[in-house]
Amino acid sequence: MRSEFRLPDVGEGLTEAEIVRWHVKVGDSVKVNQTIVEIETAKAIVELPCPFEGVVAGLMVDEGQTVDVGTPIIAVDTEEEAPPGPADDGRAARAEDLVPTPPAEGAVEPGVHGSPAPKEQRQPVLVGYGVKMDATKRRPRKPAQQPPAGNHAPEPRPSQVIPSQASPPLTAGETHVAERGTRADVLAKPPVRKLAKDLGVDLTALTGTGPHGTITRDDVHAAADQPPPAVRPAVRGQEERVPIKGVRRATAQAMVASAFTAPHVTEFLQVDVTETVQAVRRLRAMPDYAEIKVSPLLLLAKALLVAARRYPMANSTWDEEAQEIVVKHYVNLGIAAATPRGLLVPNIKNADSLSLRDLAQALAALAETARAGKTQPADMAGGTITITNVGVFGVDTGTPIINPGEVAILALGQIRDLPWVVDGQVVPRSVCTLALSFDHRVIDGELGSLLLRDVGAMLEDPLRTLAWS
Amino acid sequence: MAIDASRGFSQLGGTEDPPELVQLLTPEGERVEHPDYDIELTPDEIRGLYRDLVLVRRVDLEAVALQRQGELGIWASLLGQEAAQIGSGRAMTDADMAFPTYREHGVAWCRDVDPVKLLGLFRGVNHGGWNPAEHNFHLYTIVIGSQTLHAVGYAMGIQRDSAEAAALVYFGDGATSQGDVNESFIWASVFNAPVVFFCQNNQWAISEPLEKQSRIPLYRRASGFGFPGIRVDGNDVFACLAVTRKALDDARSGQGPTLIEAFTYRMGAHTTSDDPTRYRVAGELEAWKLKDPIERVKAYMFKNQLADQEFFDAIDTEADQLGRDVRKRCLAMPDPGPLAIFDHVYAERHALMDEEREQFAAYLATFEGADGS
Repeated sequence: MRSEFRLPDVGEGLTEAEIVRWHVKVGDSVKVNQTIVEIETAKAIVELPCPFEGVVAGLMVDEGQTVDVGTPIIAVDTEEEAPPGPADDGRAARAEDLVPTPPAEGAVEPGVHGSPAPKEQRQPVLVGYGVKMDATKRRPRKPAQQPPAGNHAPEPRPSQVIPSQASPPLTAGETHVAERGTRADVLAKPPVRKLAKDLGVDLTALTGTGPHGTITRDDVHAAADQPPPAVRPAVRGQEERVPIKGVRRATAQAMVASAFTAPHVTEFLQVDVTETVQAVRRLRAMPDYAEIKVSPLLLLAKALLVAARRYPMANSTWDEEAQEIVVKHYVNLGIAAATPRGLLVPNIKNADSLSLRDLAQALAALAETARAGKTQPADMAGGTITITNVGVFGVDTGTPIINPGEVAILALGQIRDLPWVVDGQVVPRSVCTLALSFDHRVIDGELGSLLLRDVGAMLEDPLRTLAWS
Repeated sequence: MAIDASRGFSQLGGTEDPPELVQLLTPEGERVEHPDYDIELTPDEIRGLYRDLVLVRRVDLEAVALQRQGELGIWASLLGQEAAQIGSGRAMTDADMAFPTYREHGVAWCRDVDPVKLLGLFRGVNHGGWNPAEHNFHLYTIVIGSQTLHAVGYAMGIQRDSAEAAALVYFGDGATSQGDVNESFIWASVFNAPVVFFCQNNQWAISEPLEKQSRIPLYRRASGFGFPGIRVDGNDVFACLAVTRKALDDARSGQGPTLIEAFTYRMGAHTTSDDPTRYRVAGELEAWKLKDPIERVKAYMFKNQLADQEFFDAIDTEADQLGRDVRKRCLAMPDPGPLAIFDHVYAERHALMDEEREQFAAYLATFEGADGS
């Protein structure tokens, strides 16, 4: 029998999730509770266990795709016989019947007043799949002429929702439409009516977003604030609207917080890094470093760690609340990383206490983890100073924004051969540009310049790194 | 923004002594003595405790998987808290009454509640599928801390009946910040009620760490209310059993309430809707893994030749069978009829409820193909 696994709601009332990674492929044997897929919901990344035992017959959703809860995502051929009766839809369908559904557009439910249900939306529920409006089918009603079941049907009360012989259902559309536009039909609390009057808003022209279609203060304000309809600047299809969420949102918040609280100063230094490039080559040739990735970034990181020890104020936090500068005597070295999920800044904890070889390994591990999208929040917490390697994108330099909670960030530009004057002669040398942004609340121009100069000096002559460490 | 994380719990305790922890079995599986709380256990009893621990963990794992497969709306995992629950659960006599939160799957096991009945609530097919009076295990309480009041009321009833029993009420570290819990402490203390407050301090109230709940160790709160408090290693099943047994004995013999703080750790998420990697560091989890409640019992049994590999394998097999059985019976649980919602609102028939029930039945009968049941 072929069984399909529908995307479950793994949180409470989540409506969709992105398929991050499949752990199985078509033809694989799977067991019950074997992890088959990682999904990312609005709340978390979650591994889903397989509910069936059998052979994977099809993966119905690609990685990177976001699908609604309830969408079949994987088919598994199992040895079990099909169960008698309705297989998988039975339960869900019956559950839907019990959820009160607002009337569809145009239809009038006897006794129920309020605005028609918005189409193409999900009704949030506390637990479960959420109810998709357009997918919900109402069970057909028995003909109205038929007497209600049982002889002891209660007398209807005025407020009752239950249809009865005494008040035959209204013809669809009839009364509801007629009532529209009259003052009596508008649901709004007295203060909201007053507000609308003050702002000159016609309540009958609004669609309420409150409970039972009531018009809220926000609805009135929104209507009052609405500018006259403008001509949309672009033709459909020439613009794309990308929702701001996840890492993009977090990055935006962090950048805005940093850029508009810490007064940034950026200084630049062009450095002859020929010796560093040589040193990297010699390190790679050493047996100790045979298995390890060595790059100029490693020597820059080491240089910055040495400089941070010489100028601890650059490795600090501005504590606004306590009105203190917290100087850190350890370095959690942040490395800005472009990952499939966006910009992340994981850091190497206590990087200043690592040997060069351990630092190289830590850098490689950090990059690996970030690329795999497995960077944990803890990896990103507690950074003290950051390096961003913009050179890998083929640019010379930039004005980096400080990682919130830190006071300095160093950008490494691309290394390229340029004409350089050495002992009065123009010779080709490997040159790169360093850019240091610092928080002027903590670091003055003098300190920032000293730090940048020292880092540059260590790249010009890596022996200085040794001399100063 | 600036919260000095280095200001740890111990520094906040003031000048008092460091907190004392009752432990009878170290994380390495070494048996240690305690002057007030020693316990004699037969090899059979120890094997029984081990079986309990493994089986409840397996049921819990299966429930988490079922939630991930969309078969349960939500699940609160007990992972890491097995010893606290089994130790205290096995300390009760049949006459004692337990009042759980929504995480006491291990205690439910000790009270012979079928695990599948626990799942019914989380699958949305019943409102708590067992009769509390049959198991002396109250229904799961979702509201934080309110069961402490129920337990104290029940205990005061025991007092008035002069019965040979006590109430044992469970709650978490977060609940100690609730008014209900503090009120129940006062009532229990003033009336000397036969109740034991069993606080599983799993260090996290969803995402709120313990240091934001209290500036003193939780068990010391009891002295302010006028009854004894004790901290026990919540990952040590022997110690939890010994300490709870003594507290229940005290309660039954008119010595009044006790607050037990079982110092443990929630290894999983608060519930399946929660993602703990957002607020706690992985290192903390790693440190607690070394204090696993099951591994230490296994190590102790191995060292003292209380069981062989065959025994452990048999338990694992039994656990897997139980997992499969729980899954099968969970999926087979029938949906309740729409009218079942009226059944347990009142213990006896109630005129208004009858009327509403009939109205709803009449409404259902207006649909085609519906028999209204």
